[in-house]
Amino acid sequence: MHSFASAVRNTLDLSIYRGLKMTQAVATRPVQEVLHWPGQGFTHVPMQVFIDPEIYSWEQDLIFRGPTWHFLGLEIEAPRPNDFFTSAIGDTPIIVVRTANGSFNALVNRCVHKGATICYRPSGSCERFTCPYHNWIYDHSGELLSVAFEKGLRGEHGEHLGGMPADFDKSRHRLTRLRVETIAGLIFASFSEAAPPLEDYLGPIMTGHIRRTLHGRPKILARYRQVMHNNWKLYAENARDNYHPSLLHAFFSTFKLNRLSAEGGVRQDARSWHHIVFAKKHTDHGAAEYSSGMIRAQKDDFGLKDPTLISSWLEFEDEITNSIETIFPTFTLQQILNSIGTRQLVPLGPDKSELVWTLIGFEEDTEEQAYMRLKQSNLVGPAGLVSMEDGIIGNFVQRGIKGDLDATAIVLMGGHDVGSAPTRATETSVRGFWMVYRELMHV
Amino acid sequence: MSEVTLPAYRTISAVVPYNVRERITRLMVDCSAAIDNDALEEWPDFFLEKCLYMVISRSNYEAGRRAGFIYCDNRNMLIDRIRSLRSANVYQPHLYRHILSVPRILSAQREMVKTETSFAVIRTSLPDGAMMVFSAGRYLDEIFLEGASARFRSRIAVTDSDTIDMLLAIPI
Repeated sequence: MHSFASAVRNTLDLSIYRGLKMTQAVATRPVQEVLHWPGQGFTHVPMQVFIDPEIYSWEQDLIFRGPTWHFLGLEIEAPRPNDFFTSAIGDTPIIVVRTANGSFNALVNRCVHKGATICYRPSGSCERFTCPYHNWIYDHSGELLSVAFEKGLRGEHGEHLGGMPADFDKSRHRLTRLRVETIAGLIFASFSEAAPPLEDYLGPIMTGHIRRTLHGRPKILARYRQVMHNNWKLYAENARDNYHPSLLHAFFSTFKLNRLSAEGGVRQDARSWHHIVFAKKHTDHGAAEYSSGMIRAQKDDFGLKDPTLISSWLEFEDEITNSIETIFPTFTLQQILNSIGTRQLVPLGPDKSELVWTLIGFEEDTEEQAYMRLKQSNLVGPAGLVSMEDGIIGNFVQRGIKGDLDATAIVLMGGHDVGSAPTRATETSVRGFWMVYRELMHV
Repeated sequence: MSEVTLPAYRTISAVVPYNVRERITRLMVDCSAAIDNDALEEWPDFFLEKCLYMVISRSNYEAGRRAGFIYCDNRNMLIDRIRSLRSANVYQPHLYRHILSVPRILSAQREMVKTETSFAVIRTSLPDGAMMVFSAGRYLDEIFLEGASARFRSRIAVTDSDTIDMLLAIPI
């Protein structure tokens, strides 16, 4: 009994010191006992993964603290040394701070003393982090600098009263510090030493597309959040699902912005972890399926009274007018015409999640271009004429599946495999997501 | 971009003749009633043809940003939004109930009156009837008085929260 307890204590001490691996205490059964995947491939998904709290707990450990990289925010959100902002990876609250030399640190926003949130404001500037509860103070690298009343109070005769025991060693306690890398002004972090360096993790196609999309000095045009009443993975699927846009999002299709018949396709990295769904508006010549009137999206009489809503310019040499780039597990970079933005997906429990949207323009934009981006901001976000349905469709699924945990979803459009495809009538990217999910969850 | 200047904050509100306040109050309650009573097609008529309608969160507004949840700089965009809601967009049916404060008159110069009015919007989801405080905030309005009536030259709905629950389909 004693040896077991000390083994646990040693593990904990080590984890705090290294700060890169923690054990999920909530999940008490091996994940393989909780989750039984039907078959070998990625074409059938057990609905249980969207409901089960035990699976959700395992995801925190195996996905969010696993060998993955997570978008936290933009460099320009902390423009000067000492500037910080708060973010999240899965359920874990994170502080991002710009250090004196201009680089970024990411720390778990949780005091080692009682676990209180240290930075409770969304952003600010400070030379040290002070926990509001008992004033334990940390530097920007997460080292514990000071413990209030560490030596206790001085008694009447000069003796120490109270205080921490003599064997308390501040240097053995620190905020968990994550690996941090940046690309094109985006800050990513990882809990895991097993994740490859960010650019290797992304691969050349994904890095190239991020740099291509964020081609100027970025500035934030808007920042808002959208709460969705569905499991986070239903949105992760949705963002990779290029089968649905022209069918669910009728506004889009009506104006020939994103019909499946437009030239487009799916690009993936070599491992099929990350995906780009893209379309080129100018190549849309219509297709029989749309003209037949069978698809709800088609409404020929639906003309805009103010067509300048979708005034746009061809911003990219590749002539892509619509691209959704998804980085496993929770980052999305969007380009809808000239509306560029990031979406950070944050789980809020088994049946709730949140999207943090940041719309981006560039310092180099002309006044006319800035105006077009402003008008196109109407297309995206929770009030987006194109995208608002994504805020509710996951909830439709969540409501539909709750009565039958044994049901499975079908992901067969475009075949059984993962990988790039020259068409958008495929669910290859959704299969790619589940391929990685199975690998990381060991199921 | 927009020529509309945004009203500055004043602690002490302006004094206006009773009939001016009366016209402003009617505009406020009629506009909200059009939304709450599902007469959305009438809603654009409360705006001048050349107008500004924004829904933007407080933090974005105070950061000097113009993009928010909704940005419309003419009445046709309002009409398009309503047509899109009726014809194209998919969402769970729901209702709004606007609760308005008495408008604060920030300034009044000839036909143009600037006001600030608090709002709370309760959203009822159908058919389950679940209710929530969907949004609370303030309207910053520029109201153009024309004869016996009044219309919005600019209406900026500044929401106190950065977060929208699910989606913002019906305008605030």
